[in-house]
Amino acid sequence: MRGAWGHGLRTVGDTTLSIVGRIGAVVLFLGQILRHSGTSFRRFGLVIREVYFAGVQSLIIILVSGLFVGMVLGLQGFETLQSYGSSESVGVLVALSLMRELGPVVSALLFASRAGSAITAEIGLMKATEQLSAMEMMAVNPLARVVAPRFWGGVISLPLLAVLFAAMGILGGFLVTVVMLGVDSGAFWSQMQAAVDFHHDILNGVIKSLVFGVAVSAIATFEGYEAPPTAEGVSGATTRTVVSSSLAILALDLLLTAFMMKGWN
Amino acid sequence: MIHQVEIRDLNFGYGEQLVLKGINLTVPKGSLVAIMGLSGCGKTTLLRLMGGQLLARQGSVCVAGQELNHMNEAQLYAMRRQVGVLFQFGALFTDLSVFDNVAFQMREHTRLPESMIRDLTLMKLNGVGLRGVQSLMPAELSGGMARRVAMARATALDPALILYDEPFTGLDPISLGAIGRLIRQLNDALGATSVLVTHDVQESMKIVDYIYFVSDGVIVAQGTPEEIHASALPFVHQFVWGEADGPLPFHYPGPTLRMDFGDERGQA
Amino acid sequence: MNRATLNLWVGFFVLLGFLAFLMLAFKVGNLNLDGSGGTYEVVAHFDNIGQLKERAPVRSSGVLVGRVHSVRFDTLHYNAEVHMVIDTQYHFPVDSSVSVLTSGILGEQYVGLDAGGDDKMLKNGDEIKLTQGAMVLERLIGQFLFNKAQEGGTDKTSTDKGAP
Repeated sequence: MRGAWGHGLRTVGDTTLSIVGRIGAVVLFLGQILRHSGTSFRRFGLVIREVYFAGVQSLIIILVSGLFVGMVLGLQGFETLQSYGSSESVGVLVALSLMRELGPVVSALLFASRAGSAITAEIGLMKATEQLSAMEMMAVNPLARVVAPRFWGGVISLPLLAVLFAAMGILGGFLVTVVMLGVDSGAFWSQMQAAVDFHHDILNGVIKSLVFGVAVSAIATFEGYEAPPTAEGVSGATTRTVVSSSLAILALDLLLTAFMMKGWN
Repeated sequence: MIHQVEIRDLNFGYGEQLVLKGINLTVPKGSLVAIMGLSGCGKTTLLRLMGGQLLARQGSVCVAGQELNHMNEAQLYAMRRQVGVLFQFGALFTDLSVFDNVAFQMREHTRLPESMIRDLTLMKLNGVGLRGVQSLMPAELSGGMARRVAMARATALDPALILYDEPFTGLDPISLGAIGRLIRQLNDALGATSVLVTHDVQESMKIVDYIYFVSDGVIVAQGTPEEIHASALPFVHQFVWGEADGPLPFHYPGPTLRMDFGDERGQA
Repeated sequence: MNRATLNLWVGFFVLLGFLAFLMLAFKVGNLNLDGSGGTYEVVAHFDNIGQLKERAPVRSSGVLVGRVHSVRFDTLHYNAEVHMVIDTQYHFPVDSSVSVLTSGILGEQYVGLDAGGDDKMLKNGDEIKLTQGAMVLERLIGQFLFNKAQEGGTDKTSTDKGAP
């Protein structure tokens, strides 16, 4: 009995320690990236290339999902609000949920699985095929030349994608409720404008997505750089990127929301 | 006598296990030296130590008279500009074209105008006979071609020391001969020093000046190709003539046959 | 993918992102009222503002004409001092009145502005004297009960009087 309990407890302890250790390792890695970011800004072309791969190539999935999420919000909101006789407020509901939560969070989750996993796989494969070693032997630091540009590409891309997601979602909500269900267009926009605050809702949403961008990019590059140099190792690292980024996004979202609701000061 | 690489009483290991034990080795300037041994005997580790990617636990590794163990990161990177490395399977950058691969170091380390980089790159590619593939991606090359492009890339900045990691692995006999000749030519044309890590005895015997045999982390034999060929040492004989069993046993050490099959108590 | 096309795509992407941000800021958010500069500020004192908050709408006949800019407690008069910004395209007489109202039964609170009859118009920094504070449910109920009790009390006294 005692043995089984002890074993179970030890497993919990080991897991906790390894999670904490991993978070620490990612934070240290983030410091390394920042220390080697000089090249990225001196040769901004390197970052632009990564914005293309992380941002432009995620554009379609983000726009389409944004539209769908907005439409669903419109339908659900209309259904519920109608029974209280305030279906005009559906614009408020769509806009606030998209700006505050769904825009930053859903686009970050999509970004982690679309671009984050690709970054991990790419860096992991470069490591497995000794490309990173070769670069190091050519006196070029892979952290500066390979990792940092991908990190900054992700950090720049995600807020833009989140804003596009929210804009697209509001458009989707507008299409469903105003065009299809006949909510008054003026009421839709004016109620929305009366309720949505620039600083409190829009800017805070952008700040959230910026934080998520840093987290996802750091995790993706870390997993790729530390991946075991085998096919199995790279595929495992890719999965870990998606899982840990998603958890990190949701946990950070909770923290940031709590802070923002209390106000920063 | 000036030595390009000098290794003294080197010990190195991963974790508890020592991979290299008391290695002494010199590579004179301008020579082409081969380090031979079975797969997994620590040859590649030795090469990484010379490139400063690994640091010795005990003993010293000197490249061009400088002790690598005492260098900081910046000094290591400065040293590496003088070293060209050919990795086992070329390790070409898969996201860059052949041209960009060869031009990579020139763009990273020099401020040469693009027109001059173009000329130099084409010259290097011409040197390995592959000027025609400059716009292809590495994935579109055959193994032998990729190896030659990697050689052009490794020698792009005319390094003083060139390290080759298994340059003959997985090549057909014709490519193999071509690579061997190129290694010798590049060494002589650039006035460089080359270290070759390989287990291909016949091919390397044709081109190298001196050979070290490594087994189980220790240098067991050394000499010029003629001396090695004539050597009576059982290990060298087994290696050169490719015999399956000899001083290096065919069987990995383990329980006796009798213990694994049937008689579980292991009694005779 | 050559470099020029790549840069073009990235440029397009960044531009699209900024356009979306501007749309959110101006079409969805409310960056247009005091951001354009076309406003004037008036002040009013209320004995009670209820749940009125900064950025709450100021409406006249139900039309949005401005917003609450700031709310603070006036230590001189011991009441609430509310600053409001009104869009310059709307002019109101100086004897206009403001009251704190609630939209719907459970809705947000806003300031209702009723125009007066004076010829002089309000200008920046003026004060609106006629104010009506928010209804507080507890006081309403208390008043109601008090009235009831008073009614009941008068009834009782009348019966007392009529007894002998």
